[in-house]
Amino acid sequence: MRYIDEEAIEKIALGAAVLGTGGGGDPYIGKLIAKEAIRKYGPVALISLEELRDNQIVVPISGMGAPSVTIEKIPSEIEFTAPLDKFEEVIGKKVDVVMPIEIGGINSLFPIIAAAKKGLPLLDADAMGRAFPEAQMVTFHLDGLESSPVTMSDEKGNVVVLYPRDGVWHERLARVITIEMGGSASVCDYGLLGKEVKSSAIPGTLTLAETIGGYLLDNKGKERQGINKMLEELNGYQLFEAKITDIERRLIGGFTRGKAIFEGIRNEQGRSFSIDFQNEHLVAKEAEHLLCSTPDLIAVLDAETGFPITTERMKYGARVVVVAFPCHSKWRTKKGIETVGPYYFGYDFEYQPVEELQKERV
Amino acid sequence: MYRLGLDVGGTNTDAALIDGDLKVFHTVKVPTTKEVESGIIEAIAKVVKESKVDSSDIKYAMLGTTHCTNAIVERKRLDKVGVIRIGRPATTAIPPFTNWPKDIRAKIEVASIIVSGGYEFDGRLIAELDKEEVSKFCREIRGKAESIAISGVYAPVNKEQEEIVATWVREELGDIPISLSHAIGSIGLLERENATILNAALMTTGQTVINGFSKALSSLNIEAEMFFSQNDGTLMNAAYAERYPILTMGCGPTNSIRGSAHLTGLDNAIVLDVGGTTSDIGVLSKGFPRESSLAVIIGGVNTNFRMPDILSIGLGGGTRILENNEKIIVGPESVGYEITKKALLFGGDVLTTSDIVTRLGYAFEDRAKEVEHLSFEFCEKVNDQMTEMLEDAIDQMKTSSKEVPLILSGGGSIIVSKSLKGVSEVIMPEHYGAANAIGAALGQVSGDVERIYSLDKMNREEALTDAKKLATHEAIKAGADEKTISIISIEDIPLAYLPGNALLIRVKAVGDLQYSSESVII
Repeated sequence: MRYIDEEAIEKIALGAAVLGTGGGGDPYIGKLIAKEAIRKYGPVALISLEELRDNQIVVPISGMGAPSVTIEKIPSEIEFTAPLDKFEEVIGKKVDVVMPIEIGGINSLFPIIAAAKKGLPLLDADAMGRAFPEAQMVTFHLDGLESSPVTMSDEKGNVVVLYPRDGVWHERLARVITIEMGGSASVCDYGLLGKEVKSSAIPGTLTLAETIGGYLLDNKGKERQGINKMLEELNGYQLFEAKITDIERRLIGGFTRGKAIFEGIRNEQGRSFSIDFQNEHLVAKEAEHLLCSTPDLIAVLDAETGFPITTERMKYGARVVVVAFPCHSKWRTKKGIETVGPYYFGYDFEYQPVEELQKERV
Repeated sequence: MYRLGLDVGGTNTDAALIDGDLKVFHTVKVPTTKEVESGIIEAIAKVVKESKVDSSDIKYAMLGTTHCTNAIVERKRLDKVGVIRIGRPATTAIPPFTNWPKDIRAKIEVASIIVSGGYEFDGRLIAELDKEEVSKFCREIRGKAESIAISGVYAPVNKEQEEIVATWVREELGDIPISLSHAIGSIGLLERENATILNAALMTTGQTVINGFSKALSSLNIEAEMFFSQNDGTLMNAAYAERYPILTMGCGPTNSIRGSAHLTGLDNAIVLDVGGTTSDIGVLSKGFPRESSLAVIIGGVNTNFRMPDILSIGLGGGTRILENNEKIIVGPESVGYEITKKALLFGGDVLTTSDIVTRLGYAFEDRAKEVEHLSFEFCEKVNDQMTEMLEDAIDQMKTSSKEVPLILSGGGSIIVSKSLKGVSEVIMPEHYGAANAIGAALGQVSGDVERIYSLDKMNREEALTDAKKLATHEAIKAGADEKTISIISIEDIPLAYLPGNALLIRVKAVGDLQYSSESVII
């Protein structure tokens, strides 16, 4: 066990933005609240998956909705604990440990705030290892664990309890309620026992976010040392270095889908690349040749600072380094690919791991 | 009929006279004085005297100034502010003034409160307002606060609650100045609120600038209508500037880009302002500077208000050149204003970019002797590297891969190669030194709108039409002649994760200043 302090939050926020693969929301607001929570309630105890006891009750807490709403309608304090309180009431027991459901983006910081306020330990693990747009896109769903009961709250004092029949219904119902609540809501789902979490969660992801955030903070003026260290840590690859030459965003089914076009620079001059995204980056290509696809991670970094750029902030002319990392092995199973693979997002090609695609490239 | 443009910069105060056909008639430059006003008087007196224009022919006077920026950066002459945020139960996790530097917060904050109210993204109410809550807060800060800032959740979508709260504040505190967030910034509550608080703190400074300018004009018997440059390249009248002094911040680079546009007659170009230490690159798009999409930090405070998108690189006329193991290092160190003492061509001992171009025969021909000893080949190599730096930076600022014209301004322009990759032509117009004052004198005014539409209720075209209508209305309110108004930018952004096809639309309308003798009352 160790403690998370303000400095750690700065790093986690940056690392989480990389693991957010372009989506997951800009963690700036979450960072401000988490730092304030730690100033007020003290550092948060972070425990590893091994330290978790089988009979402990673990509950993830996260924000659902549009990041663009969060920057205007900033959360209230009650949103970070109301769904947890209701969860305890529904199951008639106290929650022992909280955890992030999603390490990518702002949801990495949400449970830190809840843990600080409730005085609970935080689990160093999540159920995605990155960011995904929909609620059923979690390892718990892959492993057949139930998301029910789901508790949701807004800042107005509305609290809703759902008993969805599966993860897909959970997403459908919760999405509608989120809109009615004003475009953002806080959610507790997949409340599980320690032994279930141990069998299904992706371990060490808060520490991972902190580590790579630390590398990037240390990147300044050091010839991409930070980016290189990060690639090493994540077994990642630099896909290309380029300038954004076009960016197109459309709204389809309540999500931002779009495409960014890149022109190679430095060692890749004269070559052209593209990235498709649905909130998060989905597919990277060189001309028609596949470089990486979901569920492997694709991140766009500012070429100078190494800091990640979210899809809503990509603009013409930006010099970027595009990197890719292998996803957790759970996403590479049959059910994993069914849930978050290229077919699910409307593509008609088979998923191929980024390592194999990189071998082909050489 | 003449227009008088003034630009008060850190070093110089420039004045420009422009005639009725917007032709540049005369420009002057005087040193900026500590109590600014005397520098302004001197500049006006000089431009009037030298041009022999009858001062009664000057009908409009425009001022671009750094007063407000300086007040914030120096933490001086700031008013004490009471802050009312409308949004409870939402937003309580981050109260006003969070993450502000301690010193400026101490100078500005009297008290702040988050009162019941606010809107959802679709315009529904988060909560009702509570008059007693607002009135009680006002009574508590009576006599302590000199100015009030009000920021409401989704006020850019619906300003009604901000306006209601303002009337309640007036009932308690009389005619205290009140700054409303919807008039200052766009979506992004914290940054908009910060800008609103800074605006409230600038009330006295703004008033001083307006009074000073007014006095300067009347002391020279000029009965012109006054206008003030905004950071987006347009003007606001005195009544508007009095309420929104923060909008004068950052007008310097904007005026420089606008002035360059006018001097060349171009609407789309890259503007390169080369000083002693840096080169500032801006984009002229449809006659206006392109705005930055990133949050602007002023005096350590994050704001989200409009600023031109400027890229600065460490390459200027005084930039040092070093050689290390055959590797040429250009800058970012510079001899700056000491160039006339330290550069080789002026008898100094530092190798600078100006020496390189002199050796190559591009500038200072009369001083060629001083740099004769430099290897021509070496200088060519350095020059190639300088050119590459500029080309790289220009390319980053371009909006398409097409070649565009480049307009030069600033004293360091001599270091710029006449042929650059991605650039169709390099232009150095007459009067380029007073581009800022000329930019100020060019009177156009704008209206901005930013709103989220649900495309379930109307189609995209209807939404855009509505937004354009609102922007036009805003421009008229800011003093534009209705007949000349045109829409210069439309941007629509689908909002991620929200079904119901929510679309954020931003529109900007601009028009010529109304040529009537009455001032526009807002």
